[in-house]
Amino acid sequence: MSSRENILAAVKANQFSQADLPGLEVLNTLTATNDDLVEKYKTIGSAGGSFVYEVAGYEAIQNILHKEFKPGVKIISGIKELSEYTYVADVKNELSHSFADVELCILWSGLGVAENGALWLTEEDMTVRVLPFIAQHLAVVISKTNLVPTMAQAYEKIGGATYGYGAFISGPSKTADIEQSLVIGAHGPRSLSVFILP
Amino acid sequence: MSSTATKDHPQLAAIFNRDEPRVDWHDETLWWVRAKRDIAAHKLPEWELLRETASQIKNNVLSNLSTYLEQFEANAINNGIIVHWAANAEEHNKIIYTLLEKRGISRMVKSKSMLTEECHLNEYLLKQGIDVIDSDLGERIVQLAGEPPSHIVLPCIHKKKEEIGDIFHEHLGSAKGESDPKILTETARQHLREVFLTRRAALTGVNFAIAETGEFVICTNEGNADMGAHLAEIHIASMGIEKIIPERKHLGVFLRLLTRSATGQPITTYSSHFSKPQDGKEIHVVIVDNGRSIQLGREDFRNSLKCIRCGACMNTCPVYRKSGGHSYHTAVAGPIGSILAPNLDMEKYADLPFASTLCGSCSNVCPVKIDIHDQLYKWRQVIVKAGYTPKAKTLAMKGMAFTLSSPMIYRAAGKMGRFTFKYAPFAVNNGANPWYKHREMPKAPEQSFGEWYAKRKENKK
Repeated sequence: MSSRENILAAVKANQFSQADLPGLEVLNTLTATNDDLVEKYKTIGSAGGSFVYEVAGYEAIQNILHKEFKPGVKIISGIKELSEYTYVADVKNELSHSFADVELCILWSGLGVAENGALWLTEEDMTVRVLPFIAQHLAVVISKTNLVPTMAQAYEKIGGATYGYGAFISGPSKTADIEQSLVIGAHGPRSLSVFILP
Repeated sequence: MSSTATKDHPQLAAIFNRDEPRVDWHDETLWWVRAKRDIAAHKLPEWELLRETASQIKNNVLSNLSTYLEQFEANAINNGIIVHWAANAEEHNKIIYTLLEKRGISRMVKSKSMLTEECHLNEYLLKQGIDVIDSDLGERIVQLAGEPPSHIVLPCIHKKKEEIGDIFHEHLGSAKGESDPKILTETARQHLREVFLTRRAALTGVNFAIAETGEFVICTNEGNADMGAHLAEIHIASMGIEKIIPERKHLGVFLRLLTRSATGQPITTYSSHFSKPQDGKEIHVVIVDNGRSIQLGREDFRNSLKCIRCGACMNTCPVYRKSGGHSYHTAVAGPIGSILAPNLDMEKYADLPFASTLCGSCSNVCPVKIDIHDQLYKWRQVIVKAGYTPKAKTLAMKGMAFTLSSPMIYRAAGKMGRFTFKYAPFAVNNGANPWYKHREMPKAPEQSFGEWYAKRKENKK
């Protein structure tokens, strides 16, 4: 017998009688609050090391980015409205390694979570999987109507969607492995800017 | 760890305890992490319901594990993932080596995986001439130091920043005497970025594998799993059979519990869901048993397979905090590791279930409600019955049984004890008595309870 058959047979022989799955409804209703999700997101996101901006539109985003990033640095954007930057679909077929010198990557997220500041991005939003990790800085744009209270509602919203890859990103890359001192900028982006549109 | 293989927990703890200020520092640091866990947990009014729900989901998983494993496999294959099965550590290591060898790959970047520590994958691959670099900062530090991790979430929690500075100076060329965590982290960032960009193979662990969708989830704060996996042409993920959860929506329960229990964060920076390989690339999943199916059959211990590896039981354990992770001489240290290890080798790890005060703090913080301290107590009974207790302990137990077997002997022993305490305290207050370590011995009473009771009865007459 192969290891597969052996393992499955051993597991089958040793698993105990049926235990039912609990329902999640009670838990999910409990956490569906009417709190101001933008306020909550701002508080939690900032505590997690993100820069959170509530903005009126794309022009405001552009102005902030102009202040933060010098002209001439490599910026890739997944957002059509921010048209002065290299559009991600145009570089889709380049080797992932060629993005090693990207200074800023700007992407769209269709789902944000107030309880932990996490933003859900799928491969479709990223176009290139490594982009939000390899860029020195990351910016994510989200509409406030796409914020939900907790992970419970987040997975209700994701439902049975298919994707090749998806990630909840809740802040800049960080580590506290050296004597528990929090250091921002481990292997991924050194900063995360979140722009919340109306 | 061959040097520690012959030593047991008390001996190894004694080595760690030589440096008292370091023990205090280790104790305080971990308690600080535990306190952060409390703050995070208390912020959620539904915390207890979350724990209960998670525990019930895992109950369902364990009762249907074979079905879920087959379901996960079928869906993963459907997604284009290649699935392998490994009965034990040796087979796991061999599968990975074969995957690399076939492609002529001799260098791999690895993200944190306690399963590969359990299988001693790094040592195995090194022998085959494969260079493995750990990319989690804490793991990289212990790897450069030539040590195993001492904690599953905080691998180098036992190291001071000055020591890390010395290691980086020697191996990564940072300035001599540099110990600023910010500068050292930047040094590691530059060094590992080069590694990520040049490795054709990446290995990661698996935090959760979802039967319903055939995807798996990896949680990191550094983003190292993603940097490795997305840049390599082949991504190998090692998972224990117990990592399965039934449906995607159950992640909404586990991701809320994991980091709050681990470090007090509301979620890791990255919770990455791998469902299909990138165009032109490969994802392989190695599903590993290595004793887990046996543990599933041990009714008293099967709950230990619910563990989601948050490390909360270690952070809160008074014994772990004061003896250090290496004293457990196993990949997963602390209370939960002391339940898992004897399943693999009861003789070698017979000491571990005794490395606990049974205070129950571990069970109180466990996000999936594993009855950790009860299981440790049960292991002690199994180990004693199987005859694996240390000689000194066996002798002491026999002496105790003899003394307690007759009221006359018991009374005589009590008298002797009180006499010794009173007239020859040096006979008990010395290094030969393990109870005297770090402890003042109590003053013995003038009379025993029995004597006092008899006298009182006499006086009342």
